[in-house]
Amino acid sequence: MSNLIENIPIQSQLGSNVKYTTKDFQSDQEVRWCPGCGDYSILAQAQRIMPDIGIPKHQIVFVSGIGCSSRFPYYLDTYGFHGIHGRATAIASGVKLAQPDLSVWVVTGDGDGMSIGGNHLIHLLRRNIDVNVLLFNNQIYGLTKGQYSPTSEKGKITKSTPYGSLDYPFNPASLALGASATFVARTLDRDPKHLQSILKRAHGHKGTSFVEIYQNCNVFNDGAFFQFTEKATKDDSVIYLEHGKPLIFGKEKDKGIRLNGFSPEVVSLKEGKASIHDLLVHNETDTTLSFILADMTYHSHMPRPLGVFLSIERPTYENEMQRQIEFAIEKRGEGNMEKLLNSGETWTIQ
Amino acid sequence: MREKKIKNLDEATIRFAGDSGDGMQLAGTQFTNTTAILGNDLSTLPDYPAEIRAPQGTTSGVSGFQIHFGSTEINTPGDSCDMLVAMNAAALKVNLHSLIKGGSIIANTDGFNDKNLKLAGYSSNPLKDESLSTYQVFEVDITKLTITSLQEMNLSSKLADRSKNFFALGMMYWLYDRPLEPTLKWLAEKFANKSDIREANIRVLKAGWNYGETTELFKVRYAVAPARLAPGKYRNITGNQATAWGLMAAAQKAKIDLFLGSYPITPASDILHELSIYKNFGVKTFQAEDEIAGITSAIGASFAGALGATTTSGPGLSLKTEALGLAVMVELPLIVVNVQRGGPSTGLPTKTEQADLLQALYGRNGEAPLPVIAAATPSDCFHVVYESARIAIKYMTPVICLTDGYLGNGSEPWLIPDYEKLPDIIPHFRTDPIGFLPYERDEITLARPWAIPGTPGLEHRIGGLEKQNLTGNVNYEAANHELMVRLRSEKIERIANDIPTAEIEGDRQGDVLVVGWGSTYGAIKTAVQRHRAKGHHVSQLHLRYLNPMQKNIGAIISRFKTILVPELNLGQLIKIIRADYLVPAVGLNKVQGAPFLAEEIEVKIDELIKGH
Repeated sequence: MSNLIENIPIQSQLGSNVKYTTKDFQSDQEVRWCPGCGDYSILAQAQRIMPDIGIPKHQIVFVSGIGCSSRFPYYLDTYGFHGIHGRATAIASGVKLAQPDLSVWVVTGDGDGMSIGGNHLIHLLRRNIDVNVLLFNNQIYGLTKGQYSPTSEKGKITKSTPYGSLDYPFNPASLALGASATFVARTLDRDPKHLQSILKRAHGHKGTSFVEIYQNCNVFNDGAFFQFTEKATKDDSVIYLEHGKPLIFGKEKDKGIRLNGFSPEVVSLKEGKASIHDLLVHNETDTTLSFILADMTYHSHMPRPLGVFLSIERPTYENEMQRQIEFAIEKRGEGNMEKLLNSGETWTIQ
Repeated sequence: MREKKIKNLDEATIRFAGDSGDGMQLAGTQFTNTTAILGNDLSTLPDYPAEIRAPQGTTSGVSGFQIHFGSTEINTPGDSCDMLVAMNAAALKVNLHSLIKGGSIIANTDGFNDKNLKLAGYSSNPLKDESLSTYQVFEVDITKLTITSLQEMNLSSKLADRSKNFFALGMMYWLYDRPLEPTLKWLAEKFANKSDIREANIRVLKAGWNYGETTELFKVRYAVAPARLAPGKYRNITGNQATAWGLMAAAQKAKIDLFLGSYPITPASDILHELSIYKNFGVKTFQAEDEIAGITSAIGASFAGALGATTTSGPGLSLKTEALGLAVMVELPLIVVNVQRGGPSTGLPTKTEQADLLQALYGRNGEAPLPVIAAATPSDCFHVVYESARIAIKYMTPVICLTDGYLGNGSEPWLIPDYEKLPDIIPHFRTDPIGFLPYERDEITLARPWAIPGTPGLEHRIGGLEKQNLTGNVNYEAANHELMVRLRSEKIERIANDIPTAEIEGDRQGDVLVVGWGSTYGAIKTAVQRHRAKGHHVSQLHLRYLNPMQKNIGAIISRFKTILVPELNLGQLIKIIRADYLVPAVGLNKVQGAPFLAEEIEVKIDELIKGH
C-alpha cells in the first residue's frame, strides 16, 4: 500500500517548524465580497489563527460548495476546492479519507449547508470524520440576490416570498446535535476574539467540528444579528457558554439561567429570589444539556447562546477505517493482485 | 444396477426456475462453477425479480438462472434451453417459452398443487393434461424427497424445505455427469460454523444425485467434454467481480490507494460488496449517503491523490451528472462504472438494457466531453475498467465505463491475465514547486499536473468555475472560455492516438457489417458466425471505445454495403455512426429487459442479405 505523503520529498524549509504569519495565508486573488460583508471578518480571523495551529500550510485544505461564503478557499493560500452546491462536506470526506493527515476545513452557508447540502452535512456529523465545518449563517440567499433561506425567520418577506415565508427555520446547532455531532459551537462575525477562539477549538477537536457563524449580509439581510452584535443590545441578548461556569449574562451580570424541570428560565440575581448557586453550570461534555441550551435559540425571551454547546470524544471514521485496513492486512497479509487473480477454483487448459 | 446410457453433447443449455425464495440463483451459480472447473466454455443469464420476496407461487416471483455450456466456443447464455427445472407451476408458466420443442422438464410435483396452479393461472394441471405432450416431462416430488432425506436430522420443516434447491442441483449434476466435490467444498466453507445447514445441504445434494442414479426415471445421462479454449489458466468470473478486480489491479499498478464512494443500487451493488472485502489491498470503500456523495467523495479522494471511483446504475448516473461536470472542469482522474439496467426512472432494476449510452456521452450541462468505454463480456469488464483507469490517470479526466446487468451478473471462464504484463499506469504527481501552474498542460496528452494536498509549495485552488488557462484562477473572459472549452475537448480527442485500432472479426469487406457495443457482443458473434458458416459475407465490428472512437472505424465501415447496428435501446450508437460516418446504417432494436437472442440478429442479417 502506498502512503502518498511518504512518496513526496518534504522540503525541510517548509516543514512544520516554519513560522508563518497571517500574510502567508493570503492568496494572490482579489477578495470580491460586497464592501461591508461579514465574510471579510471571518476570513481575517481564519487567516489570523492559521499560523497558530501549527500545521504546515501544504497540509491544509479548504473545501467549499456554492454561495457567497464558498468563495472563501480562493482567498486562502492553502490547498482549496470550490465544489458544487451542497456537496462540500462530501468532497471533504473523500479528501480526508484519502489523506487522514490533512487538516480539512469546509466553508458553507445556510443555503449550501442546510438546504441543498443538508443530507451530506448530517451524515458527515454522524460519521465524525475529522473535518471542521464553518457554516456562515446570514439567514438569506445572497449570491442569488435575496431569497429566504432555511434559517430565515418564518414570515420573512423576500423576492420569492412577497407574502412572507411559510417555512419554520432550522436551528443549525440543534440540527447538528440531532445528527450526533461531537463538537457544536456558535460564534459571530463581529466578535473577532470569540470567533478566533472558536476556530482554534474547532481545529483542536478530533472529529467533525460544527461551527455556526452568524454573519451579516449587509446587502440582502442587513442587521439580522445586530441585537447580538451591537453595543446597545448585545449584553442583554447574548449569553456566552463557558465550560464549568454558571450561565450569567446581562450588562451588569445580573441575570442568569436556571433549570426548571427540563426548561431553562431567566432569573434575576438582583431581587434575592435566586443566587449564583441556583444557576445552570455549563458542561460541554453533557449531551442532554447541549440540546437544552441549543433549544434556547429561537425563544425571544431567552438570551442567544454563543460558544461551545458540546465537545465530546468519539472515534473518528478515518481512524476506524485505517484500523480495519490494518486488521485485514494483519489477518490476510498485504494484498497481492497476482495471487488474488489466481486464487480460488482455477483450471488449466494445455 | 443397470448402467445408464451416456449421450455426448457438444453443448447444452439448462435453466433452473423457481420461486424467488427457492435458491435458484445459488443452484445456478454452483452448477456454473462446477462446470467451469470441468473446463467447459460457458455463459450464464441470471434472471430474477426486483422484489426480494414477491408473492410466493406467483409468476411475478419467478427467479431463473440459465447456463449455456459446451465443448465448443460459447458466446451467449443460449437462445433457448434444452432442460428446464421447474420448482413450481409459475416457474413452468414463465419459462416454458424458452424451452426448445422436445426439450426436457423436471417438474417438482409438490409445486403443482391446486394452490400453486391457481396462483400461476393454470385452469388445469399441465402435468396431467396434454399441454406438455411435445416435451419430455419428468415428475419428481422434490419437496417430499428433500424432507424425507432429512428426517433423521430433526430440522424444522421450513429449514428442510429450503434445501430443495440442492436436491435439484444434485439431480442435474448426475444428469450432466458433473462431480459433487466443488459444491461440497463450498458448503464446508460457507457453513463452517452452521453444521446443521451444512449437513442438511450435503445430504440433500447427495440424495438428488442418488435419485438420478438409482431410479429408473432417467434413461439417459449427458456428457459435455471440456472446451478447446486457448491454453492457459482459467477461472470463472462475473462481470461485477471483474469490475472490482480491474479497479484494484489499476490502483495497485499505479501504486496509489483505491477509493470507492458508492451508494447501493441494483445491479451494481456487488461491486461495492466485492471491493469491501479487500481492505488488505488498502482499498477504501465508503458507502455514501447517496449517489451524489458517492461521486463527490470520490472526486475529493482523487484530489488528494487516490484513484477515485464510483459505481452505479442508470438512475444513479443521472444523480451524478452535475458532479461529472465538476470532474471535467477540475480535470481529476475518476472512474464511473454504470451497470446499466432497464429505464427510464426506476425502470426494470434487475433487467438488462443499454439505453444509457447517450446519457454517458452527452448527459451534462455545457461542453463536457469525457471518455466512454464499454465492456463486451463479463470478463472483459476487468480489462475495460483497467483501461478506464489508465486513461483517467494519464489524461486527468473522469471516464465512464459502461457495463450492464447481464454482464454484471453473468459469468464466463476467464483466461487469467498476467498481472505483471498489464500496461503500466504511472501517475505523474507534481512535486516541483518551481514554475508550477495548476493548468499547464502536457504537450502530448494535454493533461494538467496532478498536484495533491500535502505537497509543499503547490498550494492552489480548483473548482467548478471556469479556469484561466495555465493559472487555474477563476476567469470569465470570452476568449479564455472558448480556449478552455476547446482544450478540454481536444484533450479527450487526443486519447484516440493512444488506443489500439479497431479489429474486425471476419472479412475486411463484404455485404453486411454488424456494429455493436457492450453486452451484445456474444449474440452478434454467434449470429455472424452462423452466416459465415453459410458462406455469407458478413463481419462483426465491436466497439469498446465509444468516446473517442478508434481512428479506423470510418475506414472499416466504408468497405461494407450495409451497416447493421443491433442495440438494446431504440437506437443510440446508430445516431453516432450515422452522424460521424455519414452512412445509412440500419438498426435492430430490442427493449425487453433481456439480451438479444443470436437468432434475432441472424434473422435480421438474413433480411439484409436478401435485400441486396
